[in-house]
Amino acid sequence: MDLSAINPILLVASLMVAATPILLAAIGELVAEKAGVLNLGVEGMMIVGAISGFAIAVETGSPTLGFIASAIGGALLSLLFVFLTQVVLANQVASGLALTLFGLGLSALMGQSYVGVRPPQTAELNIPILSDLPVVGPILFSHDPILYLSIAIIAIVWGMLKYTRVGLILRAVGENHDAAHALGYKVVRIRIMAIMFGGACAGLGGAYISLVRVPQWTEGMTAGVGWIALALVVFASWKPWRVLLGAYLFGGVTVVQLNLQAAGVAIPVEYLAMSPYLITIIVLVILSKDKSSAPASLGRIFHASH
Amino acid sequence: MPRTRGQQTNWEKFMKLTTLLTSAAMALGLATGAIAGSDKLKVGFVYVGPVGDGGWTHEHDQGRKAIEAEFGDKVETQFVENVAEGPDAERVMTQMARSGAKLIFTTSFGYMDATINVAKKFPDVKFEHATGYKTADNVSTYSARFYEGRAIQGTIAGRMTKSNVIGYIGSFPIPEVIRGINSAYINAKKVNPDVTFKVVWVYTWFDPAKEADAAKVLIEQGADVILQHTDSTAPLAAAADAGNVIGFGQASDMSEYADGPRVSSIIDNWAPYYIERTRAVMDGTWESVSTWDGIGKGMVGIGEITDRVPADVKAEALALKDAIASGAYHPFTGPLNKQDGSVWLKDGETADDGTLAGMNFYVEGIEGSIPN
Repeated sequence: MDLSAINPILLVASLMVAATPILLAAIGELVAEKAGVLNLGVEGMMIVGAISGFAIAVETGSPTLGFIASAIGGALLSLLFVFLTQVVLANQVASGLALTLFGLGLSALMGQSYVGVRPPQTAELNIPILSDLPVVGPILFSHDPILYLSIAIIAIVWGMLKYTRVGLILRAVGENHDAAHALGYKVVRIRIMAIMFGGACAGLGGAYISLVRVPQWTEGMTAGVGWIALALVVFASWKPWRVLLGAYLFGGVTVVQLNLQAAGVAIPVEYLAMSPYLITIIVLVILSKDKSSAPASLGRIFHASH
Repeated sequence: MPRTRGQQTNWEKFMKLTTLLTSAAMALGLATGAIAGSDKLKVGFVYVGPVGDGGWTHEHDQGRKAIEAEFGDKVETQFVENVAEGPDAERVMTQMARSGAKLIFTTSFGYMDATINVAKKFPDVKFEHATGYKTADNVSTYSARFYEGRAIQGTIAGRMTKSNVIGYIGSFPIPEVIRGINSAYINAKKVNPDVTFKVVWVYTWFDPAKEADAAKVLIEQGADVILQHTDSTAPLAAAADAGNVIGFGQASDMSEYADGPRVSSIIDNWAPYYIERTRAVMDGTWESVSTWDGIGKGMVGIGEITDRVPADVKAEALALKDAIASGAYHPFTGPLNKQDGSVWLKDGETADDGTLAGMNFYVEGIEGSIPN
């Protein structure tokens, strides 16, 4: 065992990178669910975002354009879900699953000519002085812009839900869409926007995998992250900062356990391998003892005639 | 307005629907491959990853395409990708057999019990299970001696490493993977006594993000050579990112990284075997066998060694390849001790196939323990 082989600074920095895709996908889904929409298509929107972002970044040479394209790609795919659930009023669970299957297939098709291509590197912010600080510099001030954006999105969503009128309306729609409708709010329109926001965030999360975390395109490369993000929203009791906590815990424990394995720590590997799931669930379940529950209209179909 | 359904029922409904939908999707996927004439031999493939993984599953799919090229109109192939090891696999195989497949290749170790179970229910369907050890009257096993390629990788790795730390990404602690670690270690140690191995288990065959994470962790902890036993090219992407690190193509050539970290590769060449077995079913000569071929028979190929490897090391590696191919050298040649120091092979003794097939121990010098 050689714990000194683990560099704690690199460890923290890389756990933040590992957590960001889940974080982005989860916060997008949180907003959709707060509006009363259960979109199980996160995985599909992520993988389509991953290839959209990758393709555009390769074609233009600009990761920034790539990330923008990934958000657009994810949002466009979510329009399919919008059509199914908000226009023709199909079952949300079925539509979401269909979206995932469709997204996986579509991305494989889109990505055929991008296998083995290397994307342009996403630059890390290099803030003078701050980035050069010992310890704090590499941990806090030397990441790529998307990582900061993901944290900013958490803060904005939190503030929006808690302090703004828009947030209040969004929650009203999610808690009781009939009442919200009676008050004159455009339930369907608000939900469409929430779904598209979710799609855009999931797309960004997907592109974060294909442009930063791996960086390459491989079919099916999200490998279930979308489902973890979905579960995370539930375990985080639909609270933005808990989503952040959960994602960092999950990403953190994943990276830490790999580090411990490589350092030869004498904990049985099978326990280490399951630890990200266990620890994240345990912590969030303990936190969620305050009985915060799902938005009451979650997953229910709304029709103005009711 | 009667809306009393609560959260609970929604979740129950969700669970039911998930199961329903996945089976529906599966059936649909199969249906597309299952229509058409009855005189054709239908050959099914069950894949653990996507055909575009660039590694393991990609090479099996090349074998499937080779069958189509060889037999043309006389065969019809179908495949289902991303099939989880376990009950899911059993359902997919049953579907395939029901839809008329007469020969089914199940291409991952974890499909072993599922293959045996389904084979019992369909005695007139022939099954071919890759990398397993359980056979039946209608179940053959086949595998390649990947460890022969690992010996060559080990030699190159041992010669090339400057930090003397070699990182190894393991998928699952099964004999096939353990064999590879041992073979690489023994042969790296032979050319570089100071070499140490760091092994990380990721418990997946295919998850690019996790594979890349594992590679990064190993690199952060000082490894400058990465060996992988997972299916995607993600570890090579991580190595390319890190700069001064080399790696190897796994299962497939992964030549897209040849101008970067990839210095050579192990290539699985399943096509000749797949064609031979398909022909055997057509001729009615199919029998249950256990095939385990290596470099000599061409089932294991060594991808081109790039110029990043010094000429003398390249020559040494190629000589080793020839020696293995001709049978002059066995990667597991004594004297070798097990990790606990007990004698495994005496001087000049070589490992028997039985021990290799069930290998569940590290050789002396590798640190850490094998998970159960």
